[in-house]
Amino acid sequence: MSLYARGAITGVGETEYSRASGRSVLRLTLEASLAAIADAGLAPGDIDGVIPYGNFQVVAEDLITNLGLSDLRFSAVTPLGGASCVAAVQCAAAAIAAGVCNHVLVPVARNGASGGRIGMRVNEMPQFRVVGEFEAPVGAAAPAQLYAPMARRHMELYGTTSRDFAEIAVTTRRHAILNGRAIMSTPLSVEDHQSSRLIADPFRLYDCSLESDGAAAIVVSSAERARDLRQPRVVVLGVGEGHPESPSAITQRRDLTRLGTAVAARCAFGMAGVTPEDIDVAEIYDCFTYIVLCQLEDLGFCEKGEGGAFVRDGALGLGGRLPTNTHGGLLSQAHMVGMNHVVELVRQLRGEAGAAQVVGAELGLVTGYGDMGDGTVAIFGRA
Amino acid sequence: MESIERPLAPPNPDAAPYWDGLREGRLMLQSCVSCGTVRHYPRPLCAECHSFEVEWLPSCCMGRVHSWTVIHHAFHPAFEDELPYCLVTVDLAEGVRVNVPLRDAGPHELGIGHRVHIVFERESAALTLPACVLVLRNEDPVV
Ligand SMILES: [Zn+2]
Repeated sequence: MSLYARGAITGVGETEYSRASGRSVLRLTLEASLAAIADAGLAPGDIDGVIPYGNFQVVAEDLITNLGLSDLRFSAVTPLGGASCVAAVQCAAAAIAAGVCNHVLVPVARNGASGGRIGMRVNEMPQFRVVGEFEAPVGAAAPAQLYAPMARRHMELYGTTSRDFAEIAVTTRRHAILNGRAIMSTPLSVEDHQSSRLIADPFRLYDCSLESDGAAAIVVSSAERARDLRQPRVVVLGVGEGHPESPSAITQRRDLTRLGTAVAARCAFGMAGVTPEDIDVAEIYDCFTYIVLCQLEDLGFCEKGEGGAFVRDGALGLGGRLPTNTHGGLLSQAHMVGMNHVVELVRQLRGEAGAAQVVGAELGLVTGYGDMGDGTVAIFGRA
Repeated sequence: MESIERPLAPPNPDAAPYWDGLREGRLMLQSCVSCGTVRHYPRPLCAECHSFEVEWLPSCCMGRVHSWTVIHHAFHPAFEDELPYCLVTVDLAEGVRVNVPLRDAGPHELGIGHRVHIVFERESAALTLPACVLVLRNEDPVV
């Protein structure tokens, strides 16, 4: 059994994105959940599966209690950090295909700006115990500090430059402004990027994603049932999850320039029966600019080492070879752990992406990336 | 003013010989008794042959630069005073890596494959941490 065309994204919802929501994480979760359920044309009582975010701030019990879910048959978590949301799409599609449930709610919410920043929480998380024990004592613990050597190695081996990273940051900001629901709303130039302060060389301020408040949610339903629902069908054609060797300690990874994404991509493209050339629009997890560039290679949009050349000359912009992060991403819209990427891809494929709409988008790709190297990839099609 | 403590994990019996070794000025690595595979960071099981039997051997402390970063933003207050500091990902001769601060040189002197050796810095009676220094070409014993 393959998960090909077994699941569909039938509802999407978001709160506003900000740096001070003034509401609890649970409240934000419920707001986005209700929006996604209504968007699907469902009632809360129709939800019979939930996948809360794997940081356990909100659990299935909270959703049952508040939404009045009287017949919940499936609950799970997919704790892969930034790769969680797309992993949840796979998990939901598997549960649906197995006949366990029909409509799975997947919400993410956080007060990532106002309620304790994300940067230095790494050594409190069990999947990073190794980093906390052996690297945090010498001053390597935050994601920026741990990912920077991956980017430096890529630059030294392949000639990739900070200006290539700037290209990604600038294009993403342009999309955020078109999106209109983004935290960052003023234009960013290559010069702004190049003169921004260094965080962990080669990463400058504008290579790093935002820390934000807000929530986003989706409903995953069986592709069959999606025919009878309110929205144009967006079907999950391919999905995959990949973990790199030495998943926690980047330092010990044989190839610093390859992520779990490469494994996930083979699975997702194989399942969907399409190639990178077929993709009309991509929403690529962008915790750091370099991580976008590296994933473009691991996904097969270009060869390893050619990511810098690929992103030059506006390839990621509207009208470019691969319009990417058309909502402004984690870099400029909000850090919703990539659920905002899933929401945006659905909107693109429905033709609801407003000023950032990719004309005629029928096939799109979304990735998640997190926990030091886990990669997830999903390919959605309008059907 | 009291200095801020570095972030340290609770004691882990699987790694005790590593921390003990640092205090004695040695970088101890695990070597699988069954198949000889050297592994790092310390952990209970050999992923190659699934033997728990391990012996701890001191590294020769020679290595080469695999990558590096220069930290300009301290995400933990203990490192504010050290900014900016350079961390080097080192390929040790034994085939595993360490991530350690660079001493007595600047990042502009670094390149992939440059030779380094591991040194030891005593923080307190209980804690010694590894660092590295560049091995200059004219001191290079191999050439
Ligand atoms: Zn062994």
